[in-house]
Amino acid sequence: MTEHEPHDRLYVLDRADLQQLFDALQARGYAIIAPQIENNVIIYGAVERVEELPVGWTDVQEGGTYRLARRGDAAIFGYTVGPHSWKRFLSPPLRMLWRARKTADGFEFVDDNAPPPRYAFIGVRACELAAIQRLDDIYTRGAVVDDDYQARRHAAFIVAVNCGKAGATCFCASLDTGPGVGPGYDLALTELLEGAHRFVVAVGSERGAEVLAALPHRVASEGEIKLAAAVVAQAASQMGRTLETTGLQELLYRNVEHPHWDAVAERCLTCGNCTLVCPTCFCFTIEDTTDLTGQMAERWRRTDSCFSTAFSFISSGSIRTSAKARYRQWLTHKLAGWQDQFGSIGCVGCGRCITWCPVGIDLTAEVAALRAEDVGQPPAEPILEMA
Amino acid sequence: MMQTPLRKLPRPSTPVYGSSACKPYRCRVTRRVQENDDTFTVELTPVSARQHGAFTPGQFNMLYIFGLGEIPISISGDPANPDRLVHTTRAVGAVTRRMATLHEGDVIGVRGPFGTHWPLEELTGKDIVIVAGGIGLAPLRPAIYQLVANRSDYARVVLLYGARTPEDILYRAELERWRARFDLEVYVTVDRATGDWHGNVGLVTALIPRAPFEPRNAAALLCGPEVMMRYAVQALQKRGVGAGQTWLSLERNMKCGMAMCGHCQFGPHIVCRDGPVFRMDRIQRFFGKWEV
Repeated sequence: MTEHEPHDRLYVLDRADLQQLFDALQARGYAIIAPQIENNVIIYGAVERVEELPVGWTDVQEGGTYRLARRGDAAIFGYTVGPHSWKRFLSPPLRMLWRARKTADGFEFVDDNAPPPRYAFIGVRACELAAIQRLDDIYTRGAVVDDDYQARRHAAFIVAVNCGKAGATCFCASLDTGPGVGPGYDLALTELLEGAHRFVVAVGSERGAEVLAALPHRVASEGEIKLAAAVVAQAASQMGRTLETTGLQELLYRNVEHPHWDAVAERCLTCGNCTLVCPTCFCFTIEDTTDLTGQMAERWRRTDSCFSTAFSFISSGSIRTSAKARYRQWLTHKLAGWQDQFGSIGCVGCGRCITWCPVGIDLTAEVAALRAEDVGQPPAEPILEMA
Repeated sequence: MMQTPLRKLPRPSTPVYGSSACKPYRCRVTRRVQENDDTFTVELTPVSARQHGAFTPGQFNMLYIFGLGEIPISISGDPANPDRLVHTTRAVGAVTRRMATLHEGDVIGVRGPFGTHWPLEELTGKDIVIVAGGIGLAPLRPAIYQLVANRSDYARVVLLYGARTPEDILYRAELERWRARFDLEVYVTVDRATGDWHGNVGLVTALIPRAPFEPRNAAALLCGPEVMMRYAVQALQKRGVGAGQTWLSLERNMKCGMAMCGHCQFGPHIVCRDGPVFRMDRIQRFFGKWEV
């Protein structure tokens, strides 16, 4: 990621030359990660060729359901987002932090750090780019920097894609995180299917400009620029969900004791799916282990979820034992606490938590329900009456 | 009386990098004291002379047992003596139970110090009211050391301490020494009297109404079970000690101490970074709310 003013000029890359983009990135030492179909779901994984992407496929999403369908054309990016997100590659779900050997006077660290991989991410959506920036806030902008994350992040080459369709669970327009990609990409593509199959390309970094220069490309015409804008406008008009953000933080803070949390808890299975698919959920736990001899110790960092009771465990037991408290914690942190802690709303409107919730709990509907009957709470003091 | 300068909260000017920040440094157990049935104190000295344990009262360390795990424990020693890191804890989980079996000479890992401190440097000239319940005395002891070392900077210093039974009283010899001083007011109570206890019986919050301090000029420092602190805050408010004059230390699950792992979330706060010591008015909207 190089800080760079986006070029004003837009370019065109023909569909037939897209493989050359892949080749150019691989020649520069990047491992390409792109959407692909696995087990009837579009996931992100290693690819080498354009044909490995979900060409001609789309996804149909609703609360608690996800299905693939044929589009009837050869679109390469004609779907929205699946259960994976890029956090999987920037902050891997399971990562060893260090190893140490037992010694006469305690222990010593064994330094065997391999340099982190260099990825090129193909098909990063606007909401996902915003999500990566949310992770940057947590892992790189505090007093302590997660150096592994930062190294992966700096190395990553981002080929963003403007969405041409929105799904039924999408609401990025409500959060101003999409559907058009914001800054932070190296190259951004808009897929044009009318007429010749081609991509309008925006350049977001020197690195992106250097890669584009190695590919056959030309300056986009006025007509192509208008078509590209129309593609994004169409996606914006299709948002399946909306989230009203006016006064959202206060709404949640003053409704900590709203009866609607009980209604959510009756449905919530506390499975944690929403936290796994969320592109911004960043929590992890630390696991210390030894080998069988007890001579080598390892520290691992593993993705964790605020939906487990262990998450809030202290000496007197778990703080959040009820499903109600755990759902409230997740939603309130994402939409309200995050603003205090990191300066933005933690949700980017991708809709994954709605689609992948096994019972279809919809955070936009839960917020709307709180808003519809905003009971608030009395002023904070006195805290409670003496028994 | 010797004056120790108050130490400012250390703030890193350049970023600290994750892999080094999550690597403990080695400390040797130089002393181990069994305080009562399940509570013990370990005194640690860094193995490497380059390491030191400088901290401010109220901060905590992450203590690591090789291969077994790591837990947050408040620092309960004297901030003027940072080469002796003192931690008092109860044997309740896998790590603390193993810690209970440590001997002098054993080596464990330490990361820290983390978190906010009791802001004694802002409280000069005030009556200091310390309210502690059970092992909640441990994170307040460094503050007491600092108050004693800078005694003339403060008006009255009152310690109200409650334990379950006389056998559970922590730092008993030290409490006796503090009580013998003319410039400290120490009141101890137990929930249940046993043996030859002739002192106060009842909740520590019951000591607040008659404790000798001037409410308008007081600052209260609280640590103990959350329910105890809730009632203590209320009793203090009844005497006119407001939320802006009350500080308390919260316990939450902590894995990293670096405001990254998410475990210590508390409403708008990240307890390892914004706490564990909070001024009451900053948290009263959420403090005591069920399962927040």
